[in-house]
Amino acid sequence: MTIAAEKKLPVKLPNEPAITPQIVAEHGLASDEYERLLKIMGREPTMVELGIFSAMWSEHCSYKSSKVWLKKLPTQAPWVIQGPGENAGVIDIGDGQAAIFKMESHNHPSFIEPYQGAATGVGGILRDVFTMGARPVANLNALRFGDPKHPKTRHLVSGVVAGIGGYGNCMGIPTVGGETNFHAAYNGNILVNAMTVGIAPTDKIFYAAAAGLGNPMVYVGSKTGRDGIHGATMSSTEFNEDSESKRPTVQVGDPFVEKLLLEACLELMATDAIVAIQDMGAAGLTSSSFEMAAKGGLGLEMVLDEVPMRETGMNPYELMLSESQERMLIVLKPGREDQARRIFEKWELDFAVVGHLTDTERMVLSWHGDIVANIPIPPLVTEAPVYERPWKLTDLPAVLDASAVPPPKDWNASLLQLMSCPDLASKAWIWHQYDHLIMGNTAIRPQDGDAAVVRVPGGHKGLAMTSDCTPRYVQAHPETGGRQAVAEAWRNITATGATPLAVTDNMNFGNPQKPEIMGQFAGAIMGMAESCKALDFPVVSGNVSLYNETEGRPILPTPTIGAVGVIDDIGKTVGSRLTQGGLAIILVGETQGWLGQSIYLRELHGREEGAPPPVDLAAERRNGDFVRGQIDARRVAACHDLSDGGLLVGLAEMCIAGGTGAVVRAPAGTAAPSHAFFYGEDQARYIIATGSGDDILAAAQAAGVPAVQLGYSGGPSLVVEGLVSLALAEIKAAHEAWLPNYMNAVE
Amino acid sequence: MKAAILVFPGSNREGDVAKAIELVTGRKPQMIWHGDGDFEKTDLIVVPGGFSYGDYLRCGAMAAQSPVMAEVRKRAAQGVPVLGICNGFQIVTEAGLLPGTLMRNEKLKFICGDVHLRVETSQSLFTNRYQAGQVVKVPVAHAEGNYFADEDTLKKLEDRGQIAFRYCSSDGTIDTSGNPNGSIRNIAGVFNETKTVMGLMPHPENAVEPMFGGSDGKALFESLVEALS
Repeated sequence: MTIAAEKKLPVKLPNEPAITPQIVAEHGLASDEYERLLKIMGREPTMVELGIFSAMWSEHCSYKSSKVWLKKLPTQAPWVIQGPGENAGVIDIGDGQAAIFKMESHNHPSFIEPYQGAATGVGGILRDVFTMGARPVANLNALRFGDPKHPKTRHLVSGVVAGIGGYGNCMGIPTVGGETNFHAAYNGNILVNAMTVGIAPTDKIFYAAAAGLGNPMVYVGSKTGRDGIHGATMSSTEFNEDSESKRPTVQVGDPFVEKLLLEACLELMATDAIVAIQDMGAAGLTSSSFEMAAKGGLGLEMVLDEVPMRETGMNPYELMLSESQERMLIVLKPGREDQARRIFEKWELDFAVVGHLTDTERMVLSWHGDIVANIPIPPLVTEAPVYERPWKLTDLPAVLDASAVPPPKDWNASLLQLMSCPDLASKAWIWHQYDHLIMGNTAIRPQDGDAAVVRVPGGHKGLAMTSDCTPRYVQAHPETGGRQAVAEAWRNITATGATPLAVTDNMNFGNPQKPEIMGQFAGAIMGMAESCKALDFPVVSGNVSLYNETEGRPILPTPTIGAVGVIDDIGKTVGSRLTQGGLAIILVGETQGWLGQSIYLRELHGREEGAPPPVDLAAERRNGDFVRGQIDARRVAACHDLSDGGLLVGLAEMCIAGGTGAVVRAPAGTAAPSHAFFYGEDQARYIIATGSGDDILAAAQAAGVPAVQLGYSGGPSLVVEGLVSLALAEIKAAHEAWLPNYMNAVE
Repeated sequence: MKAAILVFPGSNREGDVAKAIELVTGRKPQMIWHGDGDFEKTDLIVVPGGFSYGDYLRCGAMAAQSPVMAEVRKRAAQGVPVLGICNGFQIVTEAGLLPGTLMRNEKLKFICGDVHLRVETSQSLFTNRYQAGQVVKVPVAHAEGNYFADEDTLKKLEDRGQIAFRYCSSDGTIDTSGNPNGSIRNIAGVFNETKTVMGLMPHPENAVEPMFGGSDGKALFESLVEALS
């Protein structure tokens, strides 16, 4: 190099406008953020440079409002190989294998264009996982839609589900689990959170940090088009009535190309040609190149003319900010270009050497022989804005006494009403559109257990995985809700017999500039951190989605928890289906009859009030460890954790899933009124069906775990003595009819 | 039995069928890349499921034109057995090795889940380990599995015993309740005239282990071993 890198001043592009305060504002940069930019650059930026800063400093890429809080989450455990900060988290699952996983939101795009928004959400999270060297083995998704009566809801459900299926099915990755809720708070801002779990050998994990002066930087995958420009900035603002005009900022996915990219990357990864690899997600080429260079402490010179382009007439600004899908950036070892090129050409993908690593710690971009951007990399990262935004915690609402809630007038009707309400009705209409069986490893399918369980290829281990959050609890009291979301995920893994290992969190909240929203975020983090610590359940990856508001109305705070656990012998795993008569039905855990924020209260009495059920983490741990031990001892035929809808809903789900009835009653001496006992949502509880009832009850007593027999399985009906008597067929029909009927209704 | 499995860009159940074949034969099948016009002598050619070429244009249409399918047509004419599953059924049909066509599912949605099938004949390489009339449970996973053929073709298929499987209810009744995709006469799988080529939409390869979807599909592979070893 003849002139020092920082002396190479960029030229302006033809017709490039002068930077005005309005242009700065359109890029989502606050005026003090722009001042900071000027200080780093020491001069006015070009449009390309402004665009790069805008993307890198967007909430989506920089985590500027959430960073200080995310640090409070526990991220360490002996089995954690890689915590937050990489493309996905990595945990050791034994036998030289690692599970690599993450959950990520695609909320804003999915509201604007549901099919493509959801599809590219799946595509993005798959890339995050396979870029680390893992073959994806399962997908999950957590969806929150608005009120079913809202005119857009049906269209959004239809598009999102088709988009998730369209992408995952084509990729050949089973979609094995998830959750779907409806609430009016999501009317203008749905949530689409997608999770991928992959498996890699522990000694073949790939990271993003660039290394090796002069090493080639290679672009592979699809060509770059004009789609998704400013996606990261769009995802970092509130919605308003103009949002639908932002459709061009939504990316368009091509799962076929991603499938080829997956196979090509895994083929290249089997060689030793790769130094570092990073997918191009939000803010595309900008964030991937900056992250790789920054993590490696190096500089990068890129010749943008070399970037494969979908159409003519594209300019550097568009190339750097496009969010075209199915693209990767790879640092190769020197001299390996031809070997790599052959693999990508075999898979009919683009391959281009677009630059090389330097020691300048600067990003220098050229176009038609001119320099168009020259940015010092470290300050862009280290001096990125970080905000300690004002926050105000939500007060704990008054505890609602069960005696203040009327019992149902008609018990049979109340159970049917709950089993068919939008949140509890069967979601079979959704998951039958997802290939959940491909790969032939799915041991516990959707709706057959609290968590999905898939066999780890090449052995007898099983991976259990789930996604959980109860947004109404988080809304009522974020600390309790955060605690509960983690505890429920832990419980769901436990109910299959697996040992919960780690968490990925997807934090969906409103506008962080409002102290009460920031307080929800802070409270949820505090609660989650407590649960993660108490349950040895570290957070290894995650994603934050803020500004989930429309016209100033925020969503329910939704910290979705994705979790993974392992069971050494998949033959020991149990589901929640009740398939045989004559088994003892045992309730594990204590029931006070907690009706505050319950589904019963909301669906039967139209009230969303009271404190959510408290989460006693010591009890969670004790009860869960006990249940897992009983499953491991092969004493358990079926197990179901209790959550939404409480005991009776949980039991009804077990009965209809397995086609076997049950006869139960509240144990003698129950203090709670019947409706609180059967519909209360007390935490840390499980129902177990077992042929070894006496052994389990004795073991529970010895372990200091509350456990009581409620009755027996058998017969064609669910009977609660003196209260409920319903044929399973009737419950099943009500449970399964709601969603298809809703989706097929003509507006 | 030596088996060869074709791999197209976008195939995604080639691993599943390879695993099923290895389970019953104890040996790994060879995987044949679509660009390879020639491959070793083999007792069975499998065209697996997936989304070859992204299912763009029309399911199976592009794969049917690939060099490897020219070779498959040649070998099929010589009597080498060919099994097409799901997208493989679509490809084999597009390639003219089987009559009829696969249209978009009646309800226009991708569908994945277990279905019941009635085995229509045990007199074939592919079904000799089943009983005619036996009801088996295997999964489907497709968006375009709605089998259609004109009346003349259907009559010929019925007369010559070329229907391999029909969708049915759990007790074996052939009616619309057991039909997941609107296939005409509930047809789930068909043979060519010599019964050396079979295509079916369901996935027997995903029903070979009791813990993972049941084992009703295993007999199909055992039938092939019985006939071809």
